[in-house]
Amino acid sequence: MGMVTRLVAQRLALGLLLLFAVSILIFAGTQILPGDVAQSILGQSATPEALANLRKEMGLNEPALSRYLDWLGGLLTGDLGTSLSSGASISEQIASRLANTLFLASVAAIVSVPLAIMLGLIAVRYRNRWPDKMISGITLASISLPEFFIGYLLIFFVAVKLAWFPSIATVYESMSFWERLSTVALPAATLTLVVLAHMMRMTRAAILNVMQSAYVETAELKGLTAFDVIRKHAFPNAIAPIVNVVMLNLAFLVVGVVVVEVIFVYPGMGQYLVDHVAKRDVPVVQACGLIFAAFYIGLNLVADIVAILTNPRLRHPK
Amino acid sequence: MFARIPPSALLGLVLTALFLITAVFAPLLAPYGKTEIVGAVWEPMTSEHWLGTDNLGRDLLSRMIYGARTTIFIATMATVLSFTLGSILGFTAAVVGGWIDQLLSRFVDLLMSIPTLIFALVVLSVLPSTVLTLVVVMGVLDATRVYRLSRAVAVDINVMDYVEAARLRGEGQIWVIFREILPNALSPLVAELGLRFIFMVLFVSALSFLGLGIQPPEADWGGMVKENKDGIVFGIPAALIPAAAIAALAISVNLVADWILNRTTSLKGGRGA
Repeated sequence: MGMVTRLVAQRLALGLLLLFAVSILIFAGTQILPGDVAQSILGQSATPEALANLRKEMGLNEPALSRYLDWLGGLLTGDLGTSLSSGASISEQIASRLANTLFLASVAAIVSVPLAIMLGLIAVRYRNRWPDKMISGITLASISLPEFFIGYLLIFFVAVKLAWFPSIATVYESMSFWERLSTVALPAATLTLVVLAHMMRMTRAAILNVMQSAYVETAELKGLTAFDVIRKHAFPNAIAPIVNVVMLNLAFLVVGVVVVEVIFVYPGMGQYLVDHVAKRDVPVVQACGLIFAAFYIGLNLVADIVAILTNPRLRHPK
Repeated sequence: MFARIPPSALLGLVLTALFLITAVFAPLLAPYGKTEIVGAVWEPMTSEHWLGTDNLGRDLLSRMIYGARTTIFIATMATVLSFTLGSILGFTAAVVGGWIDQLLSRFVDLLMSIPTLIFALVVLSVLPSTVLTLVVVMGVLDATRVYRLSRAVAVDINVMDYVEAARLRGEGQIWVIFREILPNALSPLVAELGLRFIFMVLFVSALSFLGLGIQPPEADWGGMVKENKDGIVFGIPAALIPAAAIAALAISVNLVADWILNRTTSLKGGRGA
């Protein structure tokens, strides 16, 4: 087994271990914290009998460890439990919503990743001149903007005043791909604007770092054309940091999706999670929390692995 | 001395000061009460109601002013908690080292592997919705970032000769943390303070917008966006005003933080404007 395979396998194992630890944390966060789940569901005015019944029904009288193992066993076999508020199977409810969320996030990623890298390159090419300064200014501003400000601005001007796209992103089974795409146009645009600034700033820093290194200067001095310098020396070294930036921002996008789905009333995982937090429907919240965390950890893991594959220096740890 | 402050930072300082003054003197500045119904629903801007009225016919300007107070107060409390907890634990981990450092650092790694907003939602699903819960959840989750920064800074300081001297003099760990590490770690931490505060403002606003933060009829900017969002599709911009205020506060603090960051790095002879 090669060095690279071993390192990658190590990272994967570490990721699984982390996911396992996160499942414990999420379970502990909802079950062991001082708040009493049964009390929260029924409210302060609940009778002791009702509380006792609900506790029994939810299996709250059993020790936490056995409840955790039950939950984990269910998760591993694809059974996420049943929702307290609707009594329906969570796995069934989540499936279509997860697909919707992934569709929205993918559209946003397909637009934002190339755009951010291109703008980052422009910022480096015209460093310290007006395009760079303008890009940094916009970046500073957009990092400070809450998602709902961007979202409602777009709804107010693009959907209401200009009526180009629908303001509420309802999707249903029978929609064609293009109809779906036009429906998610505004939510995807909001998400893009939210992650674009971060991604651009980090891409700029990553490329700048490579362009200032001694080997790029040597390549320039030995007379390579600008194109060859980038193709042979700068690009291979910039891939790892750029992929890293992209993955970190996709992970960021996973979180941004929660607020954006609520803004546009989009039937995805985020909306589902928020609704059930308000209803204090703990099994749903646990399941959604774990899925979001799994995506987040997974994307970070991919960033790590790509870094190992593209940077030989990381293959020989000190 | 004002001549040396760049115009962008000056603008940030002035705006931040204005927001703070509004927050502190809210009851004196607001023309109407925060829950007082003064007119019809979503009246346009008039000389009587400068920003119009909200979804229940309350004066929007008055609610904005009270909202500044709630939002800034909660963000400040959470930032204070996050800094106190994060820096004390971070310094302790760096100074004491050993298994305490390992335990704390691995736990922070674990907490940071879950997106902050997601974990906050998970925890808020079982905790009672009070201001105290909100501050504690936000403060503790954010302390992880402060912990990493202060631990990294303190590890560097811990090997300095003056810390060694204090140890040889026979000072205890507590003395080393508060009298040697803390004063020297202050400037990088202060620069981070502004950024953490912005994050807290955005965080509490997002939670309130999702309906899981400050509960009505209390006024806060994120919650006001939620209250007035249904007007947007009818072309009523009431929800945009609190959203813009959040953005304006965040940008102003960012401008100030950027300036402080540049100043502290240039003082140390590093790169900076």
